[in-house]
Amino acid sequence: MRSIFHLLIFLLIEGQAFSQELTPPKELKAFDAPYDSGNVLYLTWKGMPYDSEKVDYIVYISESEEGPFFEIGRFKSNTHFKADKNWPAWAWKRTTEYHYFEISSFIKEGKEIPLENGKTYFLKLLVTDGIKQVKSNVVSAFPKGNLFNLLKLNNLIYMIIFSVIILWFIARAKKRELFLRKIPALEAIEEAIGRSTEMGRPIYFLTGRLGMSSVSTIASTIILGEVAKKVATYGTEIKVPHTDPIVMSVCQEITKQAYISAGRPDAYREDSNFFITEDQFSYTAAVDGLMVREKPAACFYMGYYYAESLLLSEVGASIGAIQIAGTDAEHQLPFFVTTCDYTLIGEELYAASAYLSKNPVLMGTLRGQDVGKGFLMGAVFIGTGLATLGTITGAMQIVSFVLDWFKGF
Amino acid sequence: MDLSILLGAWVAAGLTLFIFSFLYKDNFFFKLGEHLYIGVSVGYSITLLIFKFMRPKWFTPLFGEHQWILLIPTLLGILILTRFIPRLSWPSRLTFAFIFGFGAGLTIPRSISGYILQQIQGTVIPMITKEGTQISYTFRDFSNLLVFIGVLTVLIYFFFSVEHKGAINILSRIGILFLMISFGASFGYTAMARMSLLFGRCYDLTLFSSKRYYYATPILLCLIILCFLIHHVLSKKHSV
Repeated sequence: MRSIFHLLIFLLIEGQAFSQELTPPKELKAFDAPYDSGNVLYLTWKGMPYDSEKVDYIVYISESEEGPFFEIGRFKSNTHFKADKNWPAWAWKRTTEYHYFEISSFIKEGKEIPLENGKTYFLKLLVTDGIKQVKSNVVSAFPKGNLFNLLKLNNLIYMIIFSVIILWFIARAKKRELFLRKIPALEAIEEAIGRSTEMGRPIYFLTGRLGMSSVSTIASTIILGEVAKKVATYGTEIKVPHTDPIVMSVCQEITKQAYISAGRPDAYREDSNFFITEDQFSYTAAVDGLMVREKPAACFYMGYYYAESLLLSEVGASIGAIQIAGTDAEHQLPFFVTTCDYTLIGEELYAASAYLSKNPVLMGTLRGQDVGKGFLMGAVFIGTGLATLGTITGAMQIVSFVLDWFKGF
Repeated sequence: MDLSILLGAWVAAGLTLFIFSFLYKDNFFFKLGEHLYIGVSVGYSITLLIFKFMRPKWFTPLFGEHQWILLIPTLLGILILTRFIPRLSWPSRLTFAFIFGFGAGLTIPRSISGYILQQIQGTVIPMITKEGTQISYTFRDFSNLLVFIGVLTVLIYFFFSVEHKGAINILSRIGILFLMISFGASFGYTAMARMSLLFGRCYDLTLFSSKRYYYATPILLCLIILCFLIHHVLSKKHSV
């Protein structure tokens, strides 16, 4: 008796899709894909009562209202919901009430034709259960590039908040000196320069492999300025081999300025900064050769490095130089840690430039960054708590609205 | 065998041995290899610059297609050349200011997304597993907890505006511990990758030792060793 009852329920549920009459999809809309550089259209429509495994949607596109229409997608009607798109809640309504379909190209005469910006395309839907077919009305839209990417709204908000915080700390640093904890590697800079002076050997300063748009290179040039000042005061020789001509030009200016501010413009040598080559390993071979021949007493490796990090610092260690490295290249840090006397790990490199120069702008920026880290910790703490709570209670949809603010899109 | 392949094999074997000779000491062969390497790389870079960038991206669009907007980067580029005349070098700073500004503008939003938000995204994970209505604690959840502790303690280590004393000191030391463990793993991984590079060179040297390549490796190795011996004997005589 029970099994007959179950069978009846099963037939009732399974047959529901068939019992629903196929009607044209409602609220069919075609529009330009938001927040992109163009060439993409979206098609959305309301979920229908007959949506199931057994009913398919077929999407057609045409360049004119009269046709011909080309098939661009076929899928089960219980798929392709707006909820599938992992976009933040403020930019996209993640719901299972509406379907969506993304179009970036179509096949015409065997060739894939990408959508063109500014050109109107006509779209229609066909609903079929394999026996019957129902067509929708034709809708049109044209793709275009968007000026504002709403997905990155949280980026903009954070940037504004952090900028205000940093500017406030800079203003504060200009009024009074801000506290900065001691960084052991920086205490050793003086010692390294003193040793070079005593031994009458040069100092090698490397600024990394990246160009001036890299934060680590900017930090390394600031450190170079402070090291060059000390070098000028002590009367030691500094050599800065370069792999980027623009960085070299900037470093020439910085070194020259450092010698002038130390009151030793006469001691400045134009060839202290010199270009070798842009190629990674030939640059490394050249610097290694120079180090072996000139035997510098101190080597500084500041900035971003790749595979050359170990090749350089190992040679430096073999000639007995005091080595101080600083990089935010996390993959190269292990090599510097093992071969150098002191290593500035990641953000310590940025802190070093502030610490050495005592420049209020850098000091304020660093304090602002600390506030940023505090925010990061708070976000991780709250976010993890919410994610766990959401998993326990099953209310992940509500929680994800908050978590979206801490995601990168 | 094609002569070019044979010549290539001898050059490759010779240059590899020249560079490896640095393991003995800094010498003439290493210097030769080093200078050749730099010269070839500079020549190659210049050729690449002219034919891959300057001609298709600047010369042809500007003079062939009259894309006058390219006059702006052209002017900025010319300003850098003023550095050759020290008295008139100040306009080059305009170009550098542009590069700095452009770099900062490009980096800031990318950093917020890449370094801050995606870091949070990767760390904010539930600390428990729920399958259906069943709540459980798996090894993956333990890993998540480790990531959570690691991120927080490492962040504490990178606080510069507070003295590392007391509880902060303990937490920052835990952070350093996490860092060192990750460095150790990374070191081992990369060291193995470097070993495979060495194997690659050794494989080539072995390959070029065969009769097919007219014993390139052993002949060149013997010649290098012979040169070292002659140099050693001559320098000894000279010193006496």
